[in-house]
Amino acid sequence: MTTPLADVASSDATLRAFLHGLPGVDRVGADQRAAMLGTRSIKTTAKAEAIDLAIRMVDLTTLEGADTPGKVRAMCAKAVHPDPSDPSVPKVAAVCVYPDLVALAVDALAGSGVKVASVATAFPSGRSSLDVKVADTALAVAAGADEIDMVIDRGAFLSGGYSKVFEEIAAIKAACARPGGEHDAHLKVILETGELATYDNVRRASWLAMLAGADFIKTSTGKVQPAATLPVTLIMLEAVRDFLAATGRKVGVKPAGGIRTTKDAIKMLVLVNETVGEGWLDPDWFRLGASTLLNDLLMQRQKMATGRYAGPDYFTLD
Amino acid sequence: MFEYAPAPESRDVVDVKSSYGLFIDGEFTDGAGAAFKTINPATEETLAEVAAASEADVDRAVRAARRAFGTWSAMPGSERAKYLFRIARIIQERSRELAVLETLDNGKPIREARDVDLPLVAAHFFYYAGWADKLGHAGYGPDPKPLGVAGQVIPWNFPLLMLAWKVAPALACGNTVVLKPAETTPLTALLFAEICRQADLPPGVVNIVTGAGETGAAVVNHPDVNKVAFTGSTEVGRLIARSVAGSGKKVTLELGGKAANIVFDDAAIDQAVEGIVDGIFFNQGHVCCAGSRLLVQESVADELLEALKRRLSRLRLGDPLDKNTDIGAINSAEQLARVRELSDIGEAEGAERWSPACELPGRGFWFPPTIFTGVAQSHRIARDEVFGPVLAMLTFRTPAEAVEKANNTPYGLSAGVWTEKGSRILWMADRLRAGVVWANTFNKFDPTSPFGGYKESGYGREGGRHGLEAYLDV
Repeated sequence: MTTPLADVASSDATLRAFLHGLPGVDRVGADQRAAMLGTRSIKTTAKAEAIDLAIRMVDLTTLEGADTPGKVRAMCAKAVHPDPSDPSVPKVAAVCVYPDLVALAVDALAGSGVKVASVATAFPSGRSSLDVKVADTALAVAAGADEIDMVIDRGAFLSGGYSKVFEEIAAIKAACARPGGEHDAHLKVILETGELATYDNVRRASWLAMLAGADFIKTSTGKVQPAATLPVTLIMLEAVRDFLAATGRKVGVKPAGGIRTTKDAIKMLVLVNETVGEGWLDPDWFRLGASTLLNDLLMQRQKMATGRYAGPDYFTLD
Repeated sequence: MFEYAPAPESRDVVDVKSSYGLFIDGEFTDGAGAAFKTINPATEETLAEVAAASEADVDRAVRAARRAFGTWSAMPGSERAKYLFRIARIIQERSRELAVLETLDNGKPIREARDVDLPLVAAHFFYYAGWADKLGHAGYGPDPKPLGVAGQVIPWNFPLLMLAWKVAPALACGNTVVLKPAETTPLTALLFAEICRQADLPPGVVNIVTGAGETGAAVVNHPDVNKVAFTGSTEVGRLIARSVAGSGKKVTLELGGKAANIVFDDAAIDQAVEGIVDGIFFNQGHVCCAGSRLLVQESVADELLEALKRRLSRLRLGDPLDKNTDIGAINSAEQLARVRELSDIGEAEGAERWSPACELPGRGFWFPPTIFTGVAQSHRIARDEVFGPVLAMLTFRTPAEAVEKANNTPYGLSAGVWTEKGSRILWMADRLRAGVVWANTFNKFDPTSPFGGYKESGYGREGGRHGLEAYLDV
């Protein structure tokens, strides 16, 4: 990359010149590559390893208007001990909740090693003023969130207001800081790829978020379909790979929404393995945002160990 | 590292017999020639012994085909279509068995046999079944007639698919056939013979004679053959053209290629890399239309080469029956020797050779995916068809130079153009002298699309409406 990246963000025009200068994405070819990787056959020992890795990568999520302290506490218990009958099951990476429930989750997970992520910035639409978005983020950060999942302003992105999107991300990044020497909150930037519609836009939005300081780029809110498809995840993985090569800074990827089965999760891991390699096969760099996926992983894990499927009532519903 | 555990397809799904006969007049019979062995190129294990057809055997087959031609050609097209539809359906039902057998005999990865070869084979039969009762609307007059007996000789790279390309249009048009599969890959053709019986195809409509070059020559030179169709090397194609000259036989030849895959600086780079890999490493490069010459615009050459090398390092070479294998075995010791020889010449002529670190199995015929850089038009690896997993990379500066270099070959079977600019695709396609020009993709086949070459890549077209012409008296 020969463009001096520092100057790229000075205006809509410079951002446009840079983002539109990235190589295009051919939809047919990208779909085909993702579909081909979806045919990989992961069996026996490889499957067992993949299931445990996938569990460790799960961001166990509840983002409903009906969320209550009881619901969040139950989910936190599940995050630490996904399968009460089997202590060898690893913990998940994080739980993901709304800002007002962060303090409760922090309390429930204290000392467990499971992180607390909070959505913020007028999630899921992002349709509010920057002040409100920053305040929303500050609320979650002050409550002890380890990670902030923000949404970008898709309207601004689609109308060419790239610098507005950039500045918002940078402002939220600043709001993630904890000046007192504590760890800053990690910033995950949700692109809502289902609303960006084209793969070219997904690539551009990925770069825009990374340039503005994202620690992670995330596909979707889970409220819009299509959400975390294989091709979209493929394009975002290519973007973090190329961004690392261009800048030396490594960014994580989180597909979220629509990943429901072990098969779906393993396809994601294959995609990571064959696109960016083992450097991203770690919960620090790749997460799976999901709610129902975990029980399917547990069911398949038990099947691998015992040779039999247990009924759904043998796995807890939280 | 996320290592994939072995995921082999079961070879128990196919019953490989210890010996196979010729298929003549609806029956399996012995051949008078010296029987030969066919091996699994991935292990060098003998799979079966196969009868060799002598000249007399071929004569029996042609006479059977001639007898069958009377009833088959007189049958209404709608009736012939029923047989073809039935064959297509049986192929789909038995596709797993056919795919495993193809992989065992040919060495190609099961993923390709399963996901590319077999679906296309069935699609070809379905497509031409649909034409059988509509020949009057194909643009060759109201009632075009078949030619008679078709002698067909096919190669070892896509054994069953090439059979489908030849047999399906021939039968749809009302011809009968005598087909010779390649010496190293006869087994799926013989399983196809079994399928013909299962479909109750009248005896003699399809005859399969196995053997080496002499058997092929006997088929081509038989005086009662009306049509010769050959897919294979340009060298043998020349011999055939010479031997049938003046005989009145109708001929189509689908021969070699040295396709240019042209990448412009505005291409979708990640997808172009996939297309380049698919273009040359699909089926170990044993593809006549393989994109064996990569022409890259100089301004993106370094970037593209780096991406290509990274991608090649992730190709999985090994057991063709493993569902996760990308690169299988070279089909024969003879072909491996040729790939090695041309690669050594490439190095000797000054091109730089690169392969990813890649462990080759101890037994069988293997060649790692290989890229040559610093290649000039005058190098033999830029001129000769290697027919293996070997890519020659050259650069260009302007679209005109790309066209000039792409066309500067005795072949003209296919070409690929990679650019996000639609107008440039059309500009290039107008100027490239190649039978197929793929835009932002490569090695895409469809029964509705005609396929064939310019210049030394042969003549005649197979597939689509155009493919009917070769089997009609027009």
